[in-house]
Amino acid sequence: MAIIEQIVELIVRAIMQGTPLLFGSTGEILTEKSGNLNLGIPGIMYIGAISGVIGGFFYQNSTSKVITVLAIIIPLLSSLAGSLLASLIYGFLTITLRANQNVTGLALTTFGVGLGNFFGGSLIKITNSDTPFLALSKISAAYRTTLPFANNLGIFGQLFFSYGFMVYLAVVIALAVSFILKRTRIGLQLRAVGESPATADAAGINVNKYKYFATCIGGMIAGLGGLYYILDYSKGIWANDAFGDRGWLAIAIVIFAIWRPNISILGSYLFGGLYILFNYVSVSMNLLPLMQMLPYVVTIIVLVIVSMRKKRENQPPASLGTNYFREER
Amino acid sequence: MNKTAVSTKDYTHVKKAPFITITKRDATSLKRNILVRVIAIIAALVVSSVITLLITGENPIRLFSTVIDGAFGQFRIWGTAQSVAMLLGIALALTPAFKMKFWNTGGEGQVLIGALASALVMMTASSLPHWLACILVVLAGICAGAIWGIIPAVFKAYWKTNETLFTLMMNYVAIQLIKFFLKVADKSGSSTVGPSLLQYGRLPVIFEQQYMLNIIVVAVLTAMMYIYLRTSKHGYEIAVVGESENTAKYIGINVKKVIIRTMALSGALCGLIGVLLVGATSYSIDPNLAAGNGFTAIMVSWLAKFNPIIMIFTTLLIVVLSRGAENVSMTLGLNKSFSDILTGIILFFIIGCEFFINYKIHFNIAKKESKEVEFNGNN
Amino acid sequence: MSESINKNYALQLRNITKSFGTKVIANKNVDLDVRYGEVLAILGENGSGKTTLMNMIAGIYHPDSGEIYVNGEKASINSPKDAFRYKIGMVHQHFKLVDLFTATENIILGINDGKKYNIAKATDEVKKISQKYGFVLDPNKKIYEMSVSEKQTVEIIKVLYRGADILILDEPTAVLTPQETEKLFDVIRNMRKDGKSILIITHKLHEVLAISDRVSVLRKGEHIATVNTSETTENELTEMMVGKRISLNIGRSEPKNATDRLVVSGINLTNPDGVKVLKDISFTAKAGEILGIAGIAGSGQRELLEAIAGLRTLDSGSVTYINPSDSQITELRSKTPLQIRELGVRLSFVPEDRLGMGLVGNMDIIDNMMLRSYKKGKSVFVDRQPPKQLAEEIIESLEVVTPSAQTPVRRLSGGNVQKVLVGREIASAPSVLMVAYPVRGLDINSSYTIYNLLNKQKENGVAVIYVGEDLDVLLELCDRILVLCAGTVSGILDGRTAEKEEVGLMMTKVNGVKANE
Repeated sequence: MAIIEQIVELIVRAIMQGTPLLFGSTGEILTEKSGNLNLGIPGIMYIGAISGVIGGFFYQNSTSKVITVLAIIIPLLSSLAGSLLASLIYGFLTITLRANQNVTGLALTTFGVGLGNFFGGSLIKITNSDTPFLALSKISAAYRTTLPFANNLGIFGQLFFSYGFMVYLAVVIALAVSFILKRTRIGLQLRAVGESPATADAAGINVNKYKYFATCIGGMIAGLGGLYYILDYSKGIWANDAFGDRGWLAIAIVIFAIWRPNISILGSYLFGGLYILFNYVSVSMNLLPLMQMLPYVVTIIVLVIVSMRKKRENQPPASLGTNYFREER
Repeated sequence: MNKTAVSTKDYTHVKKAPFITITKRDATSLKRNILVRVIAIIAALVVSSVITLLITGENPIRLFSTVIDGAFGQFRIWGTAQSVAMLLGIALALTPAFKMKFWNTGGEGQVLIGALASALVMMTASSLPHWLACILVVLAGICAGAIWGIIPAVFKAYWKTNETLFTLMMNYVAIQLIKFFLKVADKSGSSTVGPSLLQYGRLPVIFEQQYMLNIIVVAVLTAMMYIYLRTSKHGYEIAVVGESENTAKYIGINVKKVIIRTMALSGALCGLIGVLLVGATSYSIDPNLAAGNGFTAIMVSWLAKFNPIIMIFTTLLIVVLSRGAENVSMTLGLNKSFSDILTGIILFFIIGCEFFINYKIHFNIAKKESKEVEFNGNN
Repeated sequence: MSESINKNYALQLRNITKSFGTKVIANKNVDLDVRYGEVLAILGENGSGKTTLMNMIAGIYHPDSGEIYVNGEKASINSPKDAFRYKIGMVHQHFKLVDLFTATENIILGINDGKKYNIAKATDEVKKISQKYGFVLDPNKKIYEMSVSEKQTVEIIKVLYRGADILILDEPTAVLTPQETEKLFDVIRNMRKDGKSILIITHKLHEVLAISDRVSVLRKGEHIATVNTSETTENELTEMMVGKRISLNIGRSEPKNATDRLVVSGINLTNPDGVKVLKDISFTAKAGEILGIAGIAGSGQRELLEAIAGLRTLDSGSVTYINPSDSQITELRSKTPLQIRELGVRLSFVPEDRLGMGLVGNMDIIDNMMLRSYKKGKSVFVDRQPPKQLAEEIIESLEVVTPSAQTPVRRLSGGNVQKVLVGREIASAPSVLMVAYPVRGLDINSSYTIYNLLNKQKENGVAVIYVGEDLDVLLELCDRILVLCAGTVSGILDGRTAEKEEVGLMMTKVNGVKANE
């Protein structure tokens, strides 16, 4: 029995670890489908996190009685707003001003990580608050509320119902994005923009509009990953750099999932599991970094195999990384 | 008339001339080039100081002097020089790849793997004479960096594997390898492997100044890279491949060979910077050794339009601002990440201003009206 | 000549004029009448303004002056969308398709009719259209798995799906095999039966006779005549299309010591799309003469030159070079351009794509001079002195208009770009010089500069191969003219005695046999 319990616990923790990755990779897939390689996603995830934390911080400090609904909605909305603004910076620079996508993305990551760590580390000092450290325990409690009957269902309940709502939200969003890309007119046109902007343009599709929407909505989804990490996974406690390289891991999962959000659910949980596997298998702690290296190595292998097999459906969007400019006659 | 023109030009001709049309500029005068950038930097500084003001309530003039002090103050000038040297060194290393339009986002990893290889030698070369150990330290770092560069290049050359994503992933492989090294090498569980373990083959300290070797190496590298790109046959081939693969094939350049060779060079030079960081600077290694410079260098090189001489100035700009901002946050008791925010803002402005150098914006107010009149008149 | 504007015509053009820039007049005062349920062939040489005229009907260009009437009503067409509102659709020569999408997905792309997105229903509709007109198409097949003719089918159905009653097809048969062409013609006949008006651009005479009801001939942007197909002949059409021979006064000297220099025998080439583009081509280029290559655009000219230059891998055949000094024979097949040069073969090549292949647009004139010579010497550095001298010489001798030798070539005008390119290729003292469309887009003066350069090369004993499109020039410049048709040699004529009509007919027929038999 002990082994089964351990496996269940591993899966549960893998899912929790995988959730921020799932938000991030889903957001990045949506963005990349429009041809924009947003390397600012790691930064946006920090911004999404800190924006939510700031919203929650002010709410928690403004009232003595925290109402659950508001505790959820206020950080959620402020996180979305923060990510949206960050995505707009990227969008404005690359789509309207046609700046190099790699450079813009990396600058945004520098900016975003800095912003997160700065406010995370200084919020208390700036606001002259009397709390000793940045801990949003009441807000976090709202985020960590599980279904009431989860504990009565044994292993089954533990596996499927023991999470805060954002775990489910991540899955729902991933499936929704998958559905939109595959089965709707908007998805078709977005994919056309990413594959061949000139063709899409010729067909009367507003290329820039699609790029903006995909980048902004994608960024907002990714930002939720940061929010989940702080308010649910870390129990509302901010620690600088705690989020680590998860943003880059999310970009790796995009490749691993060959640009399909539904596969990215699996990929995120798998990579999440690799992050914590060392707790469950009896290997020396020394091997931990090698295990954490595994996701990246696997990603590289996927990237290589995909490019060697040349199966067209699995390639990156054909216009990825390039800006579209219609030469006026 | 011209069929190819038809195929590449717009099929959806806009009904009326739009209010704003944007065309590519053929050429820009040097004056405009400089002017636009200066305006962008000034705008960035204004925005940055407004933000600092809002957060800290500090007097902007004092802020400015704190920045200058942070970069050029008595105890900080050598640190600034060292930062410039390292960032510039990596930017130079990435430049040949970028000129070839190979987006090497793996500078960080190439530096780290070079550092790791050097550290391995420095830990183990106990039985060798010092000079031999030194040579081995350098060679190991350069070779490791080169390998880290060649791997994605081979896949790019033969299978067109996306190099941006490939090199990006290689960074994290290198980081984890270093973490692994730390666990194995240092049983105490420390997060760095320090000077006590890296004893052998330390590079010589010259002029009794810790950072002098780095500065000299990078200065030489700058000149050599300038010469290499401008006047060598390799440099010429890199430029042709980067501009037009079709032309390269037409004159018989072996494109695959050039891609692999250039990335070997790019990686090797990154590795060399790794050697300097471990073997001549800190004698210690940790996953944050390159401090994100592998990424910042991408921006530095790009902002300088891949010109090694201009790169000196873009590096200075970034380093001065970030060290200055660091000083601001230190004196005001703020978190040091504040400097990243300011760096980010300044980068946004400089990145954005390129548009006004490369494109022309036309406002078609008069035209629009006249066209409408014409349509009405005919109907 | 033209009818009054009335409802009996699907489409009428009046006085359509269009120019590009100040120099090039693409169409001048063109009138055209298109009836319901007819196939009207638009015939003309390259550059006669056929495509530009059709693009104006389809809303891609806007005429400078003139009117378009649809069903007797004046139409204002400013975009392809406008054109569709008038039920006009055009199938371009270069397909605009997303490779990764299925036929149906491409067909419905960009349509926002407010109805629910239903790919299954759209697939059914595509099937219905296919059945109605006799197309053979799997609506669920991805574009990248399709042959060229299937892609074309998708483009045509795309237009029909949007409800077009007037269809414009821009050289639809250029990319098709004879069998595929027959199928397309069947479909076109079915569409005509359905009351649709079809305008088909072509310069293949036998096809005009096979499919059209009437023919409109354009020449140098002007409408020459419209005749009933049943009342005309190939010869009459050719005469209208090419016009009377115009004397250009390009000098032509008698070849001296015309020894064999380059022997091409039996070469075959398949392009990356799997289409056979060169079929059993054999000819000999002689020293001291200009060998012209004539043919409709896309008949294999480009591939032929690139194959000789070592840029393409041949299926079979041989390319043999005979060294002028010692008559030694060198096989060039399956050698790279670099290897060819290392063998001491002085082969120069002015490609059709000047800034995309022959030159690097962003580099200055000096660096472009170096493209051919940078490898010289053992030094690791390039020596910019000789190319600088060469650049200055070329600027001076060919009167290149440029601010300086340090100016990026993309900033030069077309004629000057060409002078730089030809100048460089000649500078390496070639023994074989291949030029593709060297005067395309050039003004008269620049063109004559190029002709003179080629003649001088010829007099110096160079074997010149000249690919051109203007028959008058070919007839006055070249000693012999090889005529290509659909990747095969349909004949080699003497440039001094050949008749223009003769060349024109050979361009559309292989050895006097119709291409589709």
